[in-house]
Amino acid sequence: MQRVALINSGCANIASVRYALLRQGVEVDVTADPERIINADKVIFPGVGSFDYALEAVKKSGVVEAMRDLTQPTLGICLGMQMLAEASAEGQKPGLGLLAGKAQRFEDEPGRSVPHMGWNQLTPVGDDPLMAGIEPGSYVYFVHSYYLPPSPYTVATCDYGQPFTASLHQDNFWGCQFHPELSSDVGAKILANFLAL
Amino acid sequence: MLSRRIIPCLDVADGKVVKGVQFKNHEIVGEIVDLSQRYVDEGADELVFYHITASADGQTVNLDWVDAVAQRLDIPFCVAGGIRSVADAAARLEAGADKISINSPALERPDFIDEMVAAFGSQCVVIGIDSLEVDGQYQVKQYTGRPDKMQDSRRDTLTWAKEAVERGAGEIVLNCMNQDGVRQGYDIRQLAAVRAAVSVPLIASGGAGKQEHFKEVFEQADVDGALAASVFHKRIIPIPELKAWLSSQGQPMRL
Repeated sequence: MQRVALINSGCANIASVRYALLRQGVEVDVTADPERIINADKVIFPGVGSFDYALEAVKKSGVVEAMRDLTQPTLGICLGMQMLAEASAEGQKPGLGLLAGKAQRFEDEPGRSVPHMGWNQLTPVGDDPLMAGIEPGSYVYFVHSYYLPPSPYTVATCDYGQPFTASLHQDNFWGCQFHPELSSDVGAKILANFLAL
Repeated sequence: MLSRRIIPCLDVADGKVVKGVQFKNHEIVGEIVDLSQRYVDEGADELVFYHITASADGQTVNLDWVDAVAQRLDIPFCVAGGIRSVADAAARLEAGADKISINSPALERPDFIDEMVAAFGSQCVVIGIDSLEVDGQYQVKQYTGRPDKMQDSRRDTLTWAKEAVERGAGEIVLNCMNQDGVRQGYDIRQLAAVRAAVSVPLIASGGAGKQEHFKEVFEQADVDGALAASVFHKRIIPIPELKAWLSSQGQPMRL
């Protein structure tokens, strides 16, 4: 059975992710121990809250250096993905810089509520294994006010008044702006795809 | 395109799903986990659990069922009821809730909204507002879970909704009490007024009795989601048929 390290920096809501992984039949190791993270088969970096607050918690937990040394498939979810990127308009601190891009804020506009909260549609780009079997127009669950603009690393886009990166892949790092753990059958398929990498 | 959300609301008392008639003489509707799973299977987009007597009693929600629901559900769910501190909220989030809704405690001490937002982020913090129209004015009511303890908060609904959003709330659930339980349709006028006043997602609550009411509230008040309880519990409006029909009427729906 493969072992997935679910990084616990002390501030993220990780129960939903943990239960979604357990439903996939893998061993879930909730941990902030660099050694256990580096030796896991897969790593998941979740995140909720605000950028600087969450980043500070991650730094205190001592996992940042371990993250830089990872070679196995690693998935950042929502704020976790944004913290892996270079920076965010939400915070003053630099991100980990393991993914290209800087998170921007959705501007308030008539007819567009911010945060972007609810079920929206994926448009897979290219043929990344994370999106294998995901039909264009499939719905997944988003909750966020900041987004990464589309880039050459984008493997799925979403549209919320403007296109943005729903999912990306760079080296051994993948990211999902949406929450696969809360996205019913489509999310379960994407988690299964990640676990099969 | 962002879909509109269909949200069953489960009122919880003593570990069971209940439905009160005018907030008293609660009738047991079912087991929490079983009914939740039924709604996931039927295509509900999100669930809300209200521990309806919690604030008035000074109780807080029992967490065992939050954990049991989180183990089974793969859609988001929000927990409400008597959450008065960041520590209360953290315990529910750790048990697997995705969002926390606060109502009376935010009225008692509005700074609580700011504290919640600082700790968990706006996306986690929902403000529930129980609003009653009296002589053309919308008034916020407090402790609505118990008729003997309910009181006027002396706040105007639009002003309170705006203040909650300024303090960082990420979503508003507006329960229009004049319509609640009577199945005559959502309070379109009031919801449209709140929609125009705040930019965060707005969820309509109170009044759903037939499919057309959902179409009206999406088209005329532009709410992000519509919440209902008894019409879903009793299958008066089956969710799969509702979502298919709304989709055929041009509403973006996750089918």
